[in-house]
Amino acid sequence: MNNTLVTPAISLRHYALVFGVCLLLWVLLVGNLAGQELLAGMVVSALVTLLFGSRFGILTGLRFSPLVPLYILGYLGYFMVALVRANLDLALRVIAPSLPIRPALVEVKTTLKSPLGRLLLANSITLTPGTLSVDVRDDTLLVHWVYCPPGTDAQQATDKIAASFERHIGRFLL
Amino acid sequence: MNLLGDIFLLVGGAFMALGSLGLMRMPDLYNRLQAGTKAATLGTIAVLLGIGFHHPDWWTKLLVIAGFVLFTNPVGSSTIARAALKSGIEPVRGSNRKVES
Repeated sequence: MNNTLVTPAISLRHYALVFGVCLLLWVLLVGNLAGQELLAGMVVSALVTLLFGSRFGILTGLRFSPLVPLYILGYLGYFMVALVRANLDLALRVIAPSLPIRPALVEVKTTLKSPLGRLLLANSITLTPGTLSVDVRDDTLLVHWVYCPPGTDAQQATDKIAASFERHIGRFLL
Repeated sequence: MNLLGDIFLLVGGAFMALGSLGLMRMPDLYNRLQAGTKAATLGTIAVLLGIGFHHPDWWTKLLVIAGFVLFTNPVGSSTIARAALKSGIEPVRGSNRKVES
């Protein structure tokens, strides 16, 4: 399988996406849906999209399907649970007088190909129990693990750290 | 509503405090980053949630802040860890707790 980084070509859909994201951000910051505010937001978003749309390459790679919003919500829910678990896990380790850590650097392979997908995966790994992304080289993520069980090989590390997130992210990103 | 907000503020503060304790107790930079990032991220989100319960009409702006923190916090710590690794700071490994200077 070819795992090199892929930046899909910038299409009209991509510009529509940039416009949508800008408008969403505007509406959230303004905090209401009054006609004039919305109109101003659309003008500004269109201007930003025209001027800088081609530079938002990071936003390419999103799959287009009606279920995408659902998948994103599913990912966010899974992620928030992982974040809370990470904090409880860390709190227990920090409070325990013996400080039960067994740190190691492990390599994790990813099948995600888009820059945004890899960014999200690295971010997710950083915020989940006991792991911190250190570096991304091609399809390999270098991960610092607070408690690496003895005798773990790369495949097991990948399964434990990245596989479930990869499944969630892979549903809406290349 | 206000009580719920207070509880979230308190929980957020508690996670921040635990994160700081982690910063003190962990043996090396990488482990400290782990403690700092996770605690700061969830702590901030809990505090924002608490504020949201106190001022329900601010929720959209709070959502933007939470999204920003969620996206940038881990990037920041990954960057620090990467820089540390590139400048040759060796992580402690296994059950060895000594920091090599």
